[in-house]
Amino acid sequence: MPDNASNRAAPLLSVEQLTVEYPVSGRTLSAVNDVSLAVGRGETLGLVGESGCGKSTLGRAVLQLRRPTAGKVVFDGTDLTALEGEALRLMRKRLQLIFQDPIASLNPRRCIGDIVAEPLIITGITDRAERERRVREVLTAVGLDPDLVWRRLPHEFSGGQCQRVCIARALILEPELVVCDEPVSALDVSIRAQILNLLEEMKRRYGLTLLFIAHDLAVVKAVSDRIAVMYLGRLCEVGPTEQVFGRPAHPYTALLLAAIPVPDPTVPPTTNVAAGEPPSPLDPPSGCRFRTRCPRADGICAKEVPDLRPTTSEQSVACHHPLTDR
Amino acid sequence: MTSLLLSLEGVSVELPTPRGALRAVDRVDLTLMPGHTLGIVGESGCGKTMLSRAILQLLPKRAKLAGSVTFGGRDLAALSPEALRKLRGPELAVVFQDPMTSLNPVLTIGTQLVETLQAHLGMERAAARRRSVELLAAVGIPAPEQRLRQYPHQLSGGMRQRVAIAIALSCEPRLLVADEPTTALDVTVQAQILDLLAREQKRRHMAMILITHDLGVVAGRTDEVAVMYAGRVVERAPTPKLFAHMRMPYTEALLAAIPKLDSPPHTALPAIAGRPPDPTRPMPGCSFAPRCRYADDRCREAKPPLIDPGRSGGLYACWHPLALPTGART
Repeated sequence: MPDNASNRAAPLLSVEQLTVEYPVSGRTLSAVNDVSLAVGRGETLGLVGESGCGKSTLGRAVLQLRRPTAGKVVFDGTDLTALEGEALRLMRKRLQLIFQDPIASLNPRRCIGDIVAEPLIITGITDRAERERRVREVLTAVGLDPDLVWRRLPHEFSGGQCQRVCIARALILEPELVVCDEPVSALDVSIRAQILNLLEEMKRRYGLTLLFIAHDLAVVKAVSDRIAVMYLGRLCEVGPTEQVFGRPAHPYTALLLAAIPVPDPTVPPTTNVAAGEPPSPLDPPSGCRFRTRCPRADGICAKEVPDLRPTTSEQSVACHHPLTDR
Repeated sequence: MTSLLLSLEGVSVELPTPRGALRAVDRVDLTLMPGHTLGIVGESGCGKTMLSRAILQLLPKRAKLAGSVTFGGRDLAALSPEALRKLRGPELAVVFQDPMTSLNPVLTIGTQLVETLQAHLGMERAAARRRSVELLAAVGIPAPEQRLRQYPHQLSGGMRQRVAIAIALSCEPRLLVADEPTTALDVTVQAQILDLLAREQKRRHMAMILITHDLGVVAGRTDEVAVMYAGRVVERAPTPKLFAHMRMPYTEALLAAIPKLDSPPHTALPAIAGRPPDPTRPMPGCSFAPRCRYADDRCREAKPPLIDPGRSGGLYACWHPLALPTGART
């Protein structure tokens, strides 16, 4: 278990006042708006929110796949937003990404062995025997038999196995930070559990730090040390997993929790949760972006954007009327 | 005694593939009473969608259907395409998983609704338009008059699914088949859509088949659940009974694999090892045996039939069913 105090002193990743904007037919869509967060070395930060809340854009901006409009992404003391060309390329070895759709993220015409070896070639490992040794090692680590899978193509595998290949490809360069963007949401329940367990095992084995992006709170809870909840491009709440789930401070977090179907027929489904849907990010509400769906919203919520401020030593919330207030 | 709305007897669906016949659905028996909800649960490839297509008579052309599908006293397989067409809408309707692909992208919402009403109910255009507005309002779409002029791509996923539900409900069907209606949606929108389906179902006294891979979805919203694995129904019971005393190890494993909100972070999940069998390579024994922790030689050699032991209120196909809790009322 990571020691929170020391992590805060020197987080591996620190996102500072990050804003990412897209031009959309002459207007500006602010997908990520003034977001700051830190991920300690060896920690898993779960980033949750509904479709379109900007969580994937944030993940991509961390890796500089999408250049932020403003703000910094500091990785191990280096501001990635200031890096260009070769310097950025060298840094990318230390950061990897796992996507949602495991089949679509593998080249359908290349065999598994080549797909997993590709990062080694790109980073200049020219020794074929060395490459083969490392590919075998990582394939075995993710639970695939190198001799059986090496020459086969992605279409010959199920979604769960393709996700294992994607994980192997992400881990072969022994990165420090892995951004997992909805890594299990395309998978069946039984396979999902296998992949979540594998990610946990890989995290221990390779000493990884994870930014785990998902819309399913139960999945996020299973793997995260801390949780960040996002709504329409802004953070609502950040805190240790048990605290955020046990005592949500933001009405939006409470709403997400109430919407999860419980596999127990004696628990009646909560009705009328989440009236409405998120408004368009092209035209976000003034003040607090969640106010149009919030049961606690009043005048101040329309006027002032709530800042993320601490409720306890570890939990922060951006709300004028947090649930922790009596 | 209320008569059955739907009854399936020995329904099998075979699809030809280059590797041989694929038995997607294997001798399934099911019944459904008017106004009731049946949940069909299983993983991808377990045959749940093919089974629903067999009920709707929407199977791929080359698929071979065996057994009988009786709906409202009529054998659907024996009906002419014209008779079937008349049945769809006022009797049988369907909501698919992906509302983007089930709506026509080049027609407005209004055209799609109005056409349905004109074709099936013979309504006048103006009346059909008024009815469309009512339907959109009933499924919780704000500003329904404006929505009629919009195209599917102008709506969010949740709104599109509401439109698809409005179209399905437009002719007051007696049975609605909802095939993973919320899988493509966010969890908050999922809750709203499931509420909507439950409310409309009650109001219209409509029967529903809710197909999903998520046991959480069926738990609070069905009267009976059928769990499918490798084309067969392996367990079937009234919903409260199924969750209280499940007998089939597969159902237990499926439930255990769902991350629980009340377990602490980093709890290892009891994953089901391996994956479902290749449906083109039928095995002699229980299809779940290779992944089952209770399996022995008997399971690998002989296929357990779906039996009704008459004690638990449910049916199961297993040689080594999970024990009922001691003192459980049957």
